[in-house]
Amino acid sequence: MNGVLAPVIEPGFFSSSPVHVALLVGGVVAVVSGIVGMFTVVRGQSYAGHALADLSVTGGSGSVLIGISPLWGFAGTSVAAAGIMDLIGVQRPRGRDLATGIVRGAGLGLAALLLYWDTTHTSTTGATITILFGSMFTIDPSVIGIVAAFSVAAVGIVAALYRPLLLSSVSSDLAIVRGVRPRLAGALCLIAIALATSLSALTIGAILSTALLVGPAAAALRLTARPGLVLAWSALIGLVATWLGILLAYDSYYWPPKGHGWPVSFFVVFLILIFYLLTQARRGRDARRPTAAAAEG
Amino acid sequence: MFSGFMINTWVVATIVAVVAGSVGFFVVLRGSAFVADALPTGAFAGAAGASLIGVNTLVGLGVFSLLGALGIGWLGRRGRHDVAVALALVAMLGLGALFLSFTTEYGPEIESLLFGEVLGISVNEIAPVAALGAVCVLAILVLFRPLMLSSVMPELGEARGVRAHRIETCFLVVLALATSMALPVVGALLIFSLMIGPPAAARSVTARPLLAMGLSVVLALVTVWLAIAVSYQTNWPIGFFVGTIAAVCYAAGRGWTALRSRRLRRSQASTLPPVAPTASAVA
Amino acid sequence: MMTDHRAQALSPDEMLVVDGVTVRLGGREVLHDVRFSIRPGEFVGLIGSNGAGKTTLLRVILGLLPTAAGQVRVAAAGIGYVPQKIQLDPDVPLRARDLVGLGLDGNRLGIPLPSRSRRKRVDEMLAAVDAAHLAGARVGELSGGEQQRILIAHALISRPGLLLLDEPLANLDIASEQEVVALLARIAREQNISVLISAHDMNPLLPVMDRIVYLAKGRAASGPTEDVVRTEVLSKLYGQHVDVIHVHGRVLVVAGRDDGLNLPEEPAIPAAR
Repeated sequence: MNGVLAPVIEPGFFSSSPVHVALLVGGVVAVVSGIVGMFTVVRGQSYAGHALADLSVTGGSGSVLIGISPLWGFAGTSVAAAGIMDLIGVQRPRGRDLATGIVRGAGLGLAALLLYWDTTHTSTTGATITILFGSMFTIDPSVIGIVAAFSVAAVGIVAALYRPLLLSSVSSDLAIVRGVRPRLAGALCLIAIALATSLSALTIGAILSTALLVGPAAAALRLTARPGLVLAWSALIGLVATWLGILLAYDSYYWPPKGHGWPVSFFVVFLILIFYLLTQARRGRDARRPTAAAAEG
Repeated sequence: MFSGFMINTWVVATIVAVVAGSVGFFVVLRGSAFVADALPTGAFAGAAGASLIGVNTLVGLGVFSLLGALGIGWLGRRGRHDVAVALALVAMLGLGALFLSFTTEYGPEIESLLFGEVLGISVNEIAPVAALGAVCVLAILVLFRPLMLSSVMPELGEARGVRAHRIETCFLVVLALATSMALPVVGALLIFSLMIGPPAAARSVTARPLLAMGLSVVLALVTVWLAIAVSYQTNWPIGFFVGTIAAVCYAAGRGWTALRSRRLRRSQASTLPPVAPTASAVA
Repeated sequence: MMTDHRAQALSPDEMLVVDGVTVRLGGREVLHDVRFSIRPGEFVGLIGSNGAGKTTLLRVILGLLPTAAGQVRVAAAGIGYVPQKIQLDPDVPLRARDLVGLGLDGNRLGIPLPSRSRRKRVDEMLAAVDAAHLAGARVGELSGGEQQRILIAHALISRPGLLLLDEPLANLDIASEQEVVALLARIAREQNISVLISAHDMNPLLPVMDRIVYLAKGRAASGPTEDVVRTEVLSKLYGQHVDVIHVHGRVLVVAGRDDGLNLPEEPAIPAAR
């Protein structure tokens, strides 16, 4: 077996400690993002998910200034931003995206200001880029506990609101008639998205945060209509893409020119893209169910 | 503030504001806030790649934002639009990450591309910016009517021969041009604030299209001028002021709308007097 | 004032009471002093042209809109609602059976565990609306008529006392119209449910309507069809002369000569018995 896998898995992969952390944290984040992602895509909130990931960067920078642990800065900012977005956002998707954009613009302006004030710290510029593009192999193992906590919280929220969210995504009126409060459910969902994206932005970067939130879920939605299965597929695709991406990134150190590794973000993103396009091909081939017998207008 | 090299900044910023105001009008109308955000962010990755190979940053910007726009169009035809934008965005950023990994200098230019750099404009950058800007505004004016039709009433547009896909692609291309020309001044992350805040406020004030577009240009100009002035005085990043002022514009627009609808409701509070009982319903 | 669902305010033979409801939207008075009631098992048509206020009235009954005056009282059995259209992406991860199931427990927290009794109930409901073969299909991929049947199943599965449908016949051809009306009448009979169905054309409903609520200019007249759909009554309602014409068993309401409100004597608007 070693002989078969040897060309694929470069030496030291399984014994490397950063790799362990990456696989673990990356894996958890992928699964959480996949689950929360289904609701994100179904509710058309991909932009909010992306904006929240980026805004948590602001929180990260800000918290360093005030002296709070960056983790809480990340989470706190994105949850607060989610609250603001939900408050000022209109229910129509266009109005919502507009509000998201405004909050993001203001938030990033704030980030610029904080980074400017923060220039006494030498690695600031590097920090921005790191946060934007990810740092899979340099995750601090001590964050695993927080990651677990946030993950449980995010998944817990959407699991609890599973049925109300599905119903209100189909029709807000039907949800109200059944006794659901669509606005409240939506606000809580946005908070779950905030938690999920803040922890993924922190650990694996803002790019991957959005990619893992949106891509696997979008692919899974094309594969099946059963909501439970969509969740499963979404988590699985995200997980496979992440682990495979980690492997490839590790391997790339050994590719010519030796000593330079390609970033994990690149691999994971393109793996997700490939999965998405594959499901597109599959869906296009399936004939529509022959139920068009019922007359229409 | 108005001496020497600052003149360049004022000139370029004015051009940028005019373009952002006009293109932004349609961004808001078509609900393309995410696209207007994603294109600059992704294009920034192209700029990084360009600086890597030593090509003019503007070219890298332009190529990437164009590729991004076409990618969004292509993916958007095959699935949900917001998913398409998100995937195109992360694809561009993934490439950007790849490019950046080949260089160890995360120079301040990268950051200025993200957040904007007031003093970074040289004279020979004005000409290409002006040219691109003119093309964008011209394109918007030429495409004004089909854009209005396909944005507001797509079915009517189709009936008149305005193919939604083609218009969408054209619009995305114009957006790509606008973002790539504006990036050097206000930065990737904030050009879209100019394209969203002022136009949203303008639309709250008036529904007449040309007037709204004109107003959105004016508001964008005011925003940028104010941002430059204050940024110059305080030395704080211009992006902060653009983002904040844009948010204020948006808030003002929303407030105006709320105020107006309340006034409307109050003036119509006294309505039809009840007709004689015999005409009313009986259980 | 919001919908008041106090059951004890109703006598046992009242499923729904609309009591002097007035509604203002955007500063305009859209409904004025609307009164009618529905008894258990009754099939009532809410008829009016587009813009007359039918959807508004339905939304008030459901508690989705507040009233400026008046009250709505609903029996404890509750209301099932079938909206005219729902926004559906083809991507929405719900099969027909999932959507119907949400009619039972769409407001409950937590992940639903597979339950045989729940599945059986869903299957029964789908069969009742002749949609058993659609159970596994994506809701977003169904045709309009198929979606409608799924929505009816969704509304009925919680065994409401009153079924409310907003213009279900609007986009159907004649054959489908008749199918849906027959289906609804059958279900109403079998399960002893009251039905309130809004439409702009009363003709498809004539064979099955017990009573009619006719809405015009924000005002309503209700009662047995033959008492309400009369020239004198509707002219009073419209505030101008309209003619009610019977042709081959169908009813047409047309604008008549404009001679002001000079009608002979004023017959009382009929009261529901």
